[in-house]
Amino acid sequence: LAFLPRLALAAAQSTDEAIMAFTKGATPTEGTVSLDTPEIAENGNTVPVGVSVDSPMTADNYVESVLILADGNPNPAVATFHFTALSGVAEAKTRIRLAKTQNVIAVARMNDGSVFIDRKEVKVTIGGCGG
Amino acid sequence: MADNKPRVKVPKKAAKGEVIAIKTLISHPMESGQRKDKAGNLVPRQIINKFTCEFNGQVVFTCDMDPAVSANPYLEFNVRVDEPGTFKFTWVDDDGSIYEAVNSIAVE
Repeated sequence: LAFLPRLALAAAQSTDEAIMAFTKGATPTEGTVSLDTPEIAENGNTVPVGVSVDSPMTADNYVESVLILADGNPNPAVATFHFTALSGVAEAKTRIRLAKTQNVIAVARMNDGSVFIDRKEVKVTIGGCGG
Repeated sequence: MADNKPRVKVPKKAAKGEVIAIKTLISHPMESGQRKDKAGNLVPRQIINKFTCEFNGQVVFTCDMDPAVSANPYLEFNVRVDEPGTFKFTWVDDDGSIYEAVNSIAVE
């Protein structure tokens, strides 16, 4: 049991590393981006996740990319959405796998390089990995 | 694999400049590479790793996917439509296969 916290720490570090690689070293601020996740997911195999970013989505002011992470999965990377000025609104939805109760994280990067973050905890009844 | 049937929902028509929602779903096991078979061997990873949506030849939305995306990956996103044209949707499999769907939209 003693090594479990270390494992958790290792996962957290790689989540931070993934965020830093995405933001090119900038520390993201809270707000602007918002995650839409269920509070409780009965089946971790398919958890609906939506993300929306407050942005005018014009040619000079738009959201480039949104990174979705799950910090308790064996590999925290989930998906990356790439938007363009033609997206109209920066919103996307998908369905993801969650191995256990954990935080889902969305990091948004704007075309000017500014970065924003949102986190939501999702309680998982049946894990969505292994088997 | 011939059973990777893409399904796409695009409105048939839109007003000029309207932001429309597009929903896509494709049948695919999205084998994560974490799962073991009955003999205890790891099942090798095979997922769709990239999705692209083009409108009249211009890329409007893409998504990079990791093994944490559920089987039969579902994506919903938006596009602003300024002119009539054709959407082309492309899914790229780990094994190099490419699955495509095409939909046209009228603008009134």
